[in-house]
Amino acid sequence: MSIDIDTARKVAKLARIRVEEAELPALATELSGILGFMEQLNEVDVEGVEPMTSVTPMHLRMREDVVTAGNIPDQILKNAPDAREGFFAVPKVME
Amino acid sequence: MTHLNEFTIADARDALRKGDVTATDLTMACLTAMDAGDGLNAYVHKTPEMALEMARAADARIKAGDAPAMCGIPLGIKDLFCTKGVASQAASRILEGFKPEYESTVTTQLFNSGAVMLGKLNMDEFAMGSSNETSCYGNAINPWKVDDRALTPGGSSGGSAAAVAADLCLAATGTDTGGSIRQPAAFTGIVGIKPTYGRVSRWGLVAFASSLDQAGPMTKSVRDAAIMLEAMSGHDPKDSTSADLPVPDFEAALTGDIRGKKIGIPKEYRMEGMPAEIEKLWADGTAMLKDAGAEIVDISLPHTKYALPAYYVIAPAEASSNLARYDGVRYGHRAKLGPGDGITEMYEKTRAEGFGHEVQRRVMIGTYVLSAGFYDAYYNRARRVRALIKQDFDKVFASGIDAILTPATPSAAFGLGEMATADPIEMYLNDVFTVTVNLAGLPGISVPVGLDSKALPLALQMIGKPWDEAGLLNHAYVLEQAAGFVAKPEKWW
Repeated sequence: MSIDIDTARKVAKLARIRVEEAELPALATELSGILGFMEQLNEVDVEGVEPMTSVTPMHLRMREDVVTAGNIPDQILKNAPDAREGFFAVPKVME
Repeated sequence: MTHLNEFTIADARDALRKGDVTATDLTMACLTAMDAGDGLNAYVHKTPEMALEMARAADARIKAGDAPAMCGIPLGIKDLFCTKGVASQAASRILEGFKPEYESTVTTQLFNSGAVMLGKLNMDEFAMGSSNETSCYGNAINPWKVDDRALTPGGSSGGSAAAVAADLCLAATGTDTGGSIRQPAAFTGIVGIKPTYGRVSRWGLVAFASSLDQAGPMTKSVRDAAIMLEAMSGHDPKDSTSADLPVPDFEAALTGDIRGKKIGIPKEYRMEGMPAEIEKLWADGTAMLKDAGAEIVDISLPHTKYALPAYYVIAPAEASSNLARYDGVRYGHRAKLGPGDGITEMYEKTRAEGFGHEVQRRVMIGTYVLSAGFYDAYYNRARRVRALIKQDFDKVFASGIDAILTPATPSAAFGLGEMATADPIEMYLNDVFTVTVNLAGLPGISVPVGLDSKALPLALQMIGKPWDEAGLLNHAYVLEQAAGFVAKPEKWW
């Protein structure tokens, strides 16, 4: 499977990483190379094999449904690039 | 005379308990070495005041007779661990300025046992790399040198490896997703163990690939690895994948007796074009274990060949999901926005500026293999292959094999910049012997065994049964004693 420029553009968009138009051909080539390497997996007979979900047999345990932390808005916001009045601030979302 | 910063954990512990040295002395010696070691670019955030404060507290504890093994031991901490109030940015620009409001479980446990933090250590950005060349801080440099070239300490825990090998600390923490503890340990002549998935809590580690990541110690000896791993291990309710199993006394497991144990030699690890030196090292290591009374058994792990391609589907897929949180909203870098830029532009510009090239590449590969229409063909297929890789190991261990011996890396340390023009796949091949262990969730340890013709360290890897770090460490201990690796890099920095 090789990746064309349109696909590269779409992947960058999905990943929310800005890639300039001029860089798309190189990106497409790079991604194609890596996907080519992955094609080897098609040689393996995986008929009837379940995709692995957990590498060690463990089941996720439930904890009690109680509040264990909270009321620390200052700590939560401390590292924010832009925080105002107890909220994270972002550019306008609605048109 | 051995300088205090050259001590092993075990020697320092014994000397501290006898009152021959103080934690403050040890810490001062390491801080001096750390500053003199700036040329290696191993430390990226130094915390000397904190270190001395912790050392004084450790001294008080030792005096009071309440001293766990790690009490007063000066450590370097990989930048991937969140440390409260201290920069923790996984060597990424996108986490510039981030100072966590919390402490990772591993560092909490180490500090509770009295260990001292000297500073944060260099690494590949988000642990994605095998040469420490993707770091936003610049390359860490291997203290081992054979000519004018600066060599890589390996990656991703390159700063940890360089710091331990150059005695800029007594030991360091590392993390390993595809070989990031074992490969740098091999390149720098030190010991590094990746424990069984779930042995050590991942809480407070900057996540790369959650089903593969494990933290572990990087040390000057197998005994030190046993001591430090014990302090790092154990169940943590804050990590739902951490195992609720008792932590054995790993040091007590170092009996040096492996008579009658069965060591598997997997034929699939004899790669085409393997350097003769690596082949010989492997044969030598096999002979050492045989001489110690172990039985050598040829084994087969038929799906080995598919481990790397499966890894390079699964790890980027998980990374693309984990790294979605870096959006310029809650922490770290946010791009300057132009007029009319909305939230999408903020995300896209922030991530383009904040992530380095390799991270962007892996996030995009991960995005692609998880996208509609390709999920089954790539991601689910890779997870099926992963199940087969694990089955290979399960069968071998079920047949009575106690541990497996393989090379740790396909070569000795290479020059920084030498892979710059190479295909990314060539760099990925560094992990060819280590990545299977992460996919199967097993414990693996890298032990320095010899020098190559240019006098650079070479290592072997031993792979253990799930949860059998104790047995694995004992095997590694026997290998270490037999190999008698004592070489140290000559100080040039």
